[in-house]
Amino acid sequence: MMIEIENVSKNFVLHNQGGAIIPVMAGASLSVGRGECVALTGASGAGKSTLMRMIYGNYLAASGRIVVGGVDVARAEPREILALRRETLGYVSQFLRVVPRVPTREVVAEPLLAVGVDRDVAMARAEELLGRLNIPEGLWGLSPTTFSGGEQQRVNIARGFAHGYPAMLLDEPTASLDAANRETVLSLIEEAKARGAAIVGIFHDEAARARVCDREIDVSVFTPKAA
Amino acid sequence: MTPLLQVREVAKFYGARVGCRDVSFDLYPGEVMGIVGESGSGKSTLLGCLAGHLAPDAGEVIFDTAVDGPRDTLRMSEPERRMLGRTDWAFVHQHARDGLRMGVSAGGNVGERLMAVGARHYGDIRSAAVDWLGRVEIAEDRVDDRPTAFSGGMQQRLQIARNLVTGPRLVFMDEPTGGLDVSVQARLLDLLRGLVREMGLSAIIVTHDLAVVRLLADRLMVMKDGHVVETGLTDQVLDDPQHGYTQLLVSSVLQV
Amino acid sequence: MNEYNFAYLDEQTKRMIRRAILKGLAIPGYQVPFASREMPMPYGWGTGGVQVSAATLVPEDRMKVIDQGADDTTNAVSIRKFFERTAGVETTEETGRATLIQTRHRIPEETLTEDQILVYQVPIPEPLRFLEPRETETRKMHSLEEYGLMHVKLYEDISQHGAIATSYAYPVKVEERYVMDPSPIPKFDNPKMEMAAIQLFGAGREQRIYALPPWCEVVSLDFEDHPFEPSKAEHECDLCGAEDSYLDEVIVDDAGGRMFVCSDTDYCRGRRAAGHVGAQGVPYEEGAA
Repeated sequence: MMIEIENVSKNFVLHNQGGAIIPVMAGASLSVGRGECVALTGASGAGKSTLMRMIYGNYLAASGRIVVGGVDVARAEPREILALRRETLGYVSQFLRVVPRVPTREVVAEPLLAVGVDRDVAMARAEELLGRLNIPEGLWGLSPTTFSGGEQQRVNIARGFAHGYPAMLLDEPTASLDAANRETVLSLIEEAKARGAAIVGIFHDEAARARVCDREIDVSVFTPKAA
Repeated sequence: MTPLLQVREVAKFYGARVGCRDVSFDLYPGEVMGIVGESGSGKSTLLGCLAGHLAPDAGEVIFDTAVDGPRDTLRMSEPERRMLGRTDWAFVHQHARDGLRMGVSAGGNVGERLMAVGARHYGDIRSAAVDWLGRVEIAEDRVDDRPTAFSGGMQQRLQIARNLVTGPRLVFMDEPTGGLDVSVQARLLDLLRGLVREMGLSAIIVTHDLAVVRLLADRLMVMKDGHVVETGLTDQVLDDPQHGYTQLLVSSVLQV
Repeated sequence: MNEYNFAYLDEQTKRMIRRAILKGLAIPGYQVPFASREMPMPYGWGTGGVQVSAATLVPEDRMKVIDQGADDTTNAVSIRKFFERTAGVETTEETGRATLIQTRHRIPEETLTEDQILVYQVPIPEPLRFLEPRETETRKMHSLEEYGLMHVKLYEDISQHGAIATSYAYPVKVEERYVMDPSPIPKFDNPKMEMAAIQLFGAGREQRIYALPPWCEVVSLDFEDHPFEPSKAEHECDLCGAEDSYLDEVIVDDAGGRMFVCSDTDYCRGRRAAGHVGAQGVPYEEGAA
C-alpha cells in the first residue's frame, strides 16, 4: 500500500475561544494501492479537505497513523515530510501559491529541478505540460501572479503533474475548467495511474469521478458522533 | 546525517529576567528554520546566543565544523569563533548599516570577507565582487559606489552579497526584510530563496513577519516570553497552530 | 637650566617610558600604552617623540632633529632648542654625527648605523583607525591578527585611483605579526625601515609607544597584482643633482616656476659640499645661506 491511514482522529482546540475543543474526525482509516485512485466524498464540511491536509502533513493528526511511502506523516520530522513532499507525495491544491517574479516555465519545472532532474529535461517537460493545458506560449516567460484565475489553476496543475510522484493528492482538479482542459487533466490523471501512482482526490465533478476513480470513501463516517 | 547545528538547553538571563531558556533543536544541512514571536519574545536574544554575539548562561551550541567535525562553539577560543564568523557562518543584520562599512565601496564591502581569509589578488577579489553584485541584482557600474548612495533594498542586497561571498554553510538573519517597502521585500525574499536553494544553505531567520517564514522557512519555532511554545513544519504551524499563542499570532495577521 | 631635571621629565616618568620602550622593542610593532605627560608644547607638535627622546637621551648624546627632512623648520628648531636648554646635550645637523635623531615624517637618506636611535613623532598610531573607529575592536583585531581590513583600504585605493594611492603612512607588517603605521613618512622611506639603528615611535596625544629593534622584518602590504612600489618625484634634485633622494617640490614664483629639492637638507648640503651641482644649483660655499 502506498498510502495507509489507520484510526486517525483530529480535533481543533481553540485556545483563544475559551479552549473550545472541536472534534472533526475520529477512526478514519483507508488505504490506497499503486495505480489506484480513491475519491473522498461527503457533504461540505464532512472533513474531505481536512483529511487530505493531514495526509500532506499540513494538518497535525491527534492520533493514529498516516503512512505514505513508508513515512508516518503523523510523527515525522519536518525534514522527513519535506523530503516526502519533494520525492513521493504531490499535492494539487485549488490555488497557486508562488513567489513573485518567477517565470511560469520555472514554476512548473521547479518540482523536477528539486529532485535533481537535468535543467533542459525539466524545462522540456514543463513546456510540454503548459502546451497540453493550453497556456499560450507567450506567457511561459512571465510570472503567473498576473494571470487569470483559470490560467493560474492550469499552471498549478501543470506544476503538480511535472514530477511523477508515486502518491498524489488532488483537490478539485477539474473545477471550473472548460471541456478541452478538463479532458487534458483527466488524461493526466489516467497517465499517473497507469505509471502506478496512488491517488486520493476530491471531485465534485461526478462524471470525472466516475471516469478516473476506482473507489469512493464517504468521509462522513469518520465524523465524530458527538459533533 | 549529522545535524549542522545542535542546540542544547540554551539559556540567557538578563539579571532575573529571562532572555531565553530551555531552547533545544537540531538544524540539518540545507534546512531553513524560522523563529517567530513578538518583540521581547527572546528570538533576537536566542539568535545572538547562537551566532556568538551574546554569551549564553547555559547550554551548548554544537556546530559541525568543516575541519574538526562537531564542536561546541561556546567553548571555542575567541579566534576560532571569529574565524567561523568569517568563513562558515554569515550574519545578515536587520539594518544594513550594522552589517556594512558605509565608508567603503560596494566592491570593498563584498571583498572584505575574501581579504579577511587571505585573498591577496586585487583582480580576483574585484571579479568575485562584481560577480556577487550581479547575483544580488546590483549593476556592475555601482561597484565603486558607497552604500550611502544605495536605496534601502540595495543596501540589504549588498549586505547579503558581502555575507555569502565566502560560501558560508550557515546564515543567521535578523529581520532581513524589516523596514523595507513591500515590493522591495518581495524581491529580496525571492532572491534569498533562490540563493538558499542554489547554495544549499542552512539558515536561521528571526522575524515577526509570518509571510517571510512561509516563503523562506522549512520549519518554524514560535517563541513567547523566552520559551519555545511550538515547533514544526512551517505550513503546518501556520495552518494548524496548536498553541494558543500561535493561534493568536496567526489570526492576528491581516488577510490581503 | 637648573630648574629642570635632565631632559625636562622627572626620573620616574622616564622609567615608565623606558619600560614601555623596552616592551615595544620586545614585541616589535605592538602599540604599548603609556601615561603620556603634558609637555610644554601643543599636541601635534611632537609631544610623543619628545617624551621618547627625553627618556632615551644621555648627557653624552649628540642630537639631531628634523621635520619633513629639514633641520631648519620651526618644529625642528624649537625641539632642538628645547633639548639644548633642558638637557644641555650637544646638537648637530649632520646625520652621520648624531647619536639620537628625532624625526617628523622622514627617514634620513644617509644609512643609519647600529649606534644610532631614530625617534619618530606619530600623530595616529593605529593603522586600522580610519576603517574601524572602535578602539576595543581594533585591539581585538591586533590580538587576533585579523588584518583583512587593512587590505580593504588598499583595495579602495586601487578601485578609485587605479593604483595604490596611499603615498605616506603606508601600512607595514612587522615580523609577520603586527600591522603597524610607520607614521606619515613617504612610502619611499618604507624599505629603509629594515635598518641597523633602533627605531622608536611615540604618539603623545594617543598615549602609545611602539618600536622596531635593528634589522626587524618590515613588509609593506600590497596585492599580488599591485605590488608595493616606493615612489618619488620623477626628477633629480635641482640643487645637488641627487637621483636617489626623496624630493620636495618648491614653487618659486607666480609664473609656474618650480624646483625639486632634496627633502633631507643635510643630505643635500653634504652632496653640494662634495662638489655635486644640480640643474638650478650653484657651487657650494661654506657658510653661505
